[in-house]
Amino acid sequence: MTKKLFSGPFLAFILCGTIVPMCVIAFYGLTDRSGAFTLENILAIATRNHAQALGLSLGLALISTAICLLLAFPLGLILKDSKLGKKGFMVFVFILPMWMNFLLRTMAWQVLLERNGIINIALKALGLPLLDIINTPAAVVLGMVYDYLPFMVLPIYNALIKIDKSLIEAAYDLGADRALVLRKVLIPLSVPGIVSGITMVFVPSLTTFAISTMLGGGKVNLIGNIIEQEFTVSSNWNLGAGLSLVMMVFIIISMALIEKFDREGEGNMI
Amino acid sequence: MKNLKKITALLLAMVLAVGLMAGCGGGDGKGGAADDKGKVYVYCFGDYFDPELEYEFEEATGYDVVIDYFDTNEELYPVIKNNTAQYDVICASDYMIAKLIDGGLLGEINYDNVPNAANITENVKPFFDEFDPGMKYSLPHTWGTYGIMYNKAMVDAAEIDSWKDLWDEKYKEQIVMPDSLREMYMIAGKILGYSMNTTSEKEVKEMTELLLKQKPLVYKLANDSARELMIGESAALAVITSGEVLYSQELNENIGFVIPEEGTEVWTDCWALTANAANKEGGEAWINFMLDGDVAEDNFEYLTYAIPNIHVDDVTEEPVLNPSAEVLAKCETLKNLGAEADDMYSKYWKEYKSE
Repeated sequence: MTKKLFSGPFLAFILCGTIVPMCVIAFYGLTDRSGAFTLENILAIATRNHAQALGLSLGLALISTAICLLLAFPLGLILKDSKLGKKGFMVFVFILPMWMNFLLRTMAWQVLLERNGIINIALKALGLPLLDIINTPAAVVLGMVYDYLPFMVLPIYNALIKIDKSLIEAAYDLGADRALVLRKVLIPLSVPGIVSGITMVFVPSLTTFAISTMLGGGKVNLIGNIIEQEFTVSSNWNLGAGLSLVMMVFIIISMALIEKFDREGEGNMI
Repeated sequence: MKNLKKITALLLAMVLAVGLMAGCGGGDGKGGAADDKGKVYVYCFGDYFDPELEYEFEEATGYDVVIDYFDTNEELYPVIKNNTAQYDVICASDYMIAKLIDGGLLGEINYDNVPNAANITENVKPFFDEFDPGMKYSLPHTWGTYGIMYNKAMVDAAEIDSWKDLWDEKYKEQIVMPDSLREMYMIAGKILGYSMNTTSEKEVKEMTELLLKQKPLVYKLANDSARELMIGESAALAVITSGEVLYSQELNENIGFVIPEEGTEVWTDCWALTANAANKEGGEAWINFMLDGDVAEDNFEYLTYAIPNIHVDDVTEEPVLNPSAEVLAKCETLKNLGAEADDMYSKYWKEYKSE
């Protein structure tokens, strides 16, 4: 009985914060402006502009997830073995930027990367060629990697420090070299962390509109931007909700795919 | 590590304490009003008046003010229409005022409670014929036009006099355009000689093609950040509203502004009362306060947008903020086109954006 009582606030939160809004989105997505049932808002994803934006979103999200993984795994290994890592200091340094709002940090990149921004002023002073990536997809990927990298580092680091040292020692005793230990011990045992990291980077990258607006200069049109536009400017909530439903399906599919690789079944603990 | 934890805890505690004190401070200020006459709920664009005025109003009138903010007119509309939160007084742009009047969502202003309406300058009154004839429902807060801001050190000021200059190859990657559907079509329409309120699909298609031709020259599509790019000299030309000019010139003396010869869009942002305002007198008191000469002066200092108030001399004497009658004759106001036309524009705009 007490258990039920304590779960009350949580259940109420889930009901008001998740289930009811989802039903409202589904209602808007499956009706037109007059309130009549229609599938048009769902099928609208197939029109050229929407499909193009979805394709671009998928592409940029995949690229930034891959970059995050390539950066985070070696970093996890370094943190795991370093003396500082044990004391949690390095991890602390990594989490520190997350204390600041991510919109502010993205805005800071906008100022840094601008044509006459701080980076280019420094490069000019040193006589180096200027960096011209602001308002391009490259800047958007940079923003995604910067904002979401901690979400990749932490689960991988957690998975790596949980690995029993004696397993690694046993592998060395049996004659494995470093590459083999990495391939046969470290990577397989950290799969749950990797999977959870991939989900936590891929999903927000796929749906972002703030990063593409700020660093893409309004010229990089992701599916998130189109949905936002439908709500705030075009006042077509039905189309915006319909496209959001399609996005949810895409996220469920990608999470199911990722989970297939997650033999331990721990990866979905986001 | 132990020390680190202590420091972290201390920092957190300090942040919390500051937050709490700030919260209390606000509460005290409001509770301190001597004669409490109830609450006025205001719904306004973010950062659109001097924030000090909120407290001055409370002190002067005895009302408590609760203010919420929004970013676009389109966000305001469903909130007022569905009555999801009860506001007494709102700020909205001309075309949205028209849409709200059509929907029966605004209440008529009782001019007896707004004596400061006499302070409104004559030049803005004709604009109201387009969206609120006779100013029954709304009174002006700010107004302005769109034009081209240029950097005298980067371009030849004498050459910039037409929207067509934004299609000039030599300014490639130097141009900032608005990230806003209707303003972009206004510009294309002025070049092609079409109204910014056209609902002809053929014309919209033609305008889209024209805009797509310019897209490779555009450095960025931006609204609020356009002026920073001009001040920082990351761009040479930007389409911007007249209210941003004085502020930008203060920070960068090379900045100039011109209203193109083809004419432009003139806009008015207004205060209005909602139809079901719980505190109509309070709302009128707020509008009356905003139209006061000294308050208008404060707002002008804060915003640098043109405030149509006879007591704000800087506005009436500033040419950037006061285009001549000939220029104004060529200007248009944005009109609400209805859902069907909105969807049509939206379709072509997405084509422009994703190209």
